[in-house]
Amino acid sequence: MKKMLTMAAAVALLAGMPLAGQATPEQDLKAFRDFYMKRFPGVPLNEFGNGVYAIDADARSSWEAIEEFPPYDDELEKGKKLFNTPFANGKSYASCFRNGGIGIRQNYPYFDAKSGEVKTLEQEINECRVKNGEKPLPGKKGDIAAISGYMASTSNGKPLDIKIPNDPRALAWYEKGKEQFYMKRGQLNMSCANCHMDNAGNRVRSEVLSPALGHPTHFPVHRLLWNELGTLQRRYGGCNEQVRAKAFADQGPEYRALEYFHTYMSNGINVNAPSTRK
Amino acid sequence: MANSIKIKTSVNGDVCNVKALIKHVMETGQRKDAKTGKVIPAKFIQELVCTHNGKAVLNANWGTAVSANPYLSFEFNGAKAGDKLVMNWTDNTGESDSAEHTV
Amino acid sequence: MKRRVFLKGTLASSAVAVAVGAGLLNPRQVLAAWPKSAFEAKSMQEALNGAFGSELTEPTDAIQIKAPDIAENGAVVPVTVSTNLSNPESISILADGNPTPLAANFMLAANTAGSVSTRIKMGKTSNVVAVVKSGGKLYSARKEVKVTIGGCGG
Repeated sequence: MKKMLTMAAAVALLAGMPLAGQATPEQDLKAFRDFYMKRFPGVPLNEFGNGVYAIDADARSSWEAIEEFPPYDDELEKGKKLFNTPFANGKSYASCFRNGGIGIRQNYPYFDAKSGEVKTLEQEINECRVKNGEKPLPGKKGDIAAISGYMASTSNGKPLDIKIPNDPRALAWYEKGKEQFYMKRGQLNMSCANCHMDNAGNRVRSEVLSPALGHPTHFPVHRLLWNELGTLQRRYGGCNEQVRAKAFADQGPEYRALEYFHTYMSNGINVNAPSTRK
Repeated sequence: MANSIKIKTSVNGDVCNVKALIKHVMETGQRKDAKTGKVIPAKFIQELVCTHNGKAVLNANWGTAVSANPYLSFEFNGAKAGDKLVMNWTDNTGESDSAEHTV
Repeated sequence: MKRRVFLKGTLASSAVAVAVGAGLLNPRQVLAAWPKSAFEAKSMQEALNGAFGSELTEPTDAIQIKAPDIAENGAVVPVTVSTNLSNPESISILADGNPTPLAANFMLAANTAGSVSTRIKMGKTSNVVAVVKSGGKLYSARKEVKVTIGGCGG
């Protein structure tokens, strides 16, 4: 606990905001944005959705060459087909979502007042399946990523718009997510913030660390390393393992809280999913 | 394998830009299966031909160093909308596939 | 080494080419054999000899190689080779640090532009070498591409 507060205090001093627990999400958001706009002057807010490619010209050039005919093209088509294929009972995914599931990605995750839970898109895709007599899809990759990728693509160009309602339960989820972001973990004792905030733009070996601002806009993402689409929580798990921490459960409360905070921090930046990353 | 070739074209004047993405494992023959320890046999596209209205515009010879799910882009002139492009590949195991695309 | 007649236009206008074009015949049945010695060669010199019968190339600015300075992933390195040499007959792409340097040969028709893009695998930091055959001569250019293990576990 002491460590977390110290980290938060350091960040607070940096960002000029009140200590954690006293700031509102709106204040946090402004401080978060200000931090990155100051660290990377001249980069327009929306460009942060392009991650490292907004700050590294060589990598950008390589990425643009690959996006000429993106490697996820096939999976995206598969995702569309899966989304449009009815279940055995005749119903389809469209029946579970607002607006038939089209153009809604920018509002995920969201706080569901009825259940008191933060819900992610992948989670609701599976809930839809179970509700209609189908087995849930394994998380993180494969069909779930293809369907989520297709649904996300229908929101391309729309700014992320995550709401934190004035409900103590929603705020608790938000604070938990914030804690996850700034909390050190693993044998390497690192937090998300250590790499993606304090060292954003710096290199770890040959990699340029991407700013956390803009991260969730382009998930599910095709990582060249995976050679397939993967969800945001797949990356959370992977990153945690890379700092030698045990990953939390996929779609469990920790990662859902983190995704809630993480995505809210990128409000205003356009969805551009899927995309290719290294 | 059918439907492995996706082709996109754009015409500017009479110059046709061709982009193709092919679904193929392009296995080098140098990797070992993590579970069995056995070498995964090489399987890679060796030859690819692209014709325009029946006339060859590109003939490619590839080795194992072309990336999996290969990408290819090139340009040629003398094309107009409605022309027929055919792309055909053959790999070292004798497998092949072909796709047609209308410019 | 059997040279294919592809470029002279005689193949292109033959019924055989039409059949290939229609997808009725696969290339293996009509064109010169895939140059095995070139693709299996372990050195640049052997690869060039296998492909062209000569290892001598003239370095030139007239060939541009577009490739990243640092490859994000060695398995997928986007490369574009362009040249303004006249009537290029072929563009070849090699990676001199690969176990078998020759990656691809593109034979161009008379109406095909001297520019090709593809994605190649590079095993380690080395040069991407482009060789263009024009007017019966071989020209080359090279660009170093760094391939490393990233900090985020690959």
